[in-house]
Amino acid sequence: MTVKEMSEKLSLKVICMPDGDREVSGGYAGDLLSWVMGRAKSGDAWVTIMSNLNIIAVASLADPSCIILSEGVALDEAVRARAESQGVNVLSSELDTFALCAKIAKEI
Amino acid sequence: MGNCVNFHFDIDGDNFTSAGEASVRIKKSLREMGFTPDVIRRVSVAMYEGEINMVIHANGGTADVNVYVDKIEIILADNGPGISNIELAMQEGYSTAPDNIRSLGFGAGMGLPNMKNYTDDMKIESEVGKGTTVFMTVNV
Repeated sequence: MTVKEMSEKLSLKVICMPDGDREVSGGYAGDLLSWVMGRAKSGDAWVTIMSNLNIIAVASLADPSCIILSEGVALDEAVRARAESQGVNVLSSELDTFALCAKIAKEI
Repeated sequence: MGNCVNFHFDIDGDNFTSAGEASVRIKKSLREMGFTPDVIRRVSVAMYEGEINMVIHANGGTADVNVYVDKIEIILADNGPGISNIELAMQEGYSTAPDNIRSLGFGAGMGLPNMKNYTDDMKIESEVGKGTTVFMTVNV
């Protein structure tokens, strides 16, 4: 399933999607950035409530297929612009992290 | 040793939000040079953790990356406070990062362990009051 297909299937809000054809190969949930960099796999959908600029660097380096902000967390325009320029897909959902991960797990 | 391509970066210690720019640039350069995604990820994550450490603890420093055909060396040097107990600092979960850094999602005590796990060789030279230099090698 691609990031675009997942966003449609799970009714996720698209914050920016410069690479919607990227394949989602798994999932990872976490807010401690070094933990995410150490454990998340390339291609994972990364679910987090963190929204500062550093998440874009982490995503750019650890190479998840997308970031999904749970709990209705919003993204500043400067962070969104950085994500777009770095080719990082960012989606969001009103669901809490547990509920969101449960839905993702059913689809992948 | 063969041909080597060098990259040098000054890491700004005052700007936490821009930390990682050197790592992102290295990632792009390595991709253009045709290295595999696994090698690129290992180098760039290890380097990013080091960059973050220098910004949090040492008011910045320098990063030098030497790219060979068969290995990539990363040398991170700072003039910060030094590490008094390297063995303790290497333990997962041990952190001296302040609360404002933790609120950004760092300070989990995973930085140095990640750097060790993602590289094939890592050495730390540190003197309290003088600074720290970290040498890392990723074999291609």
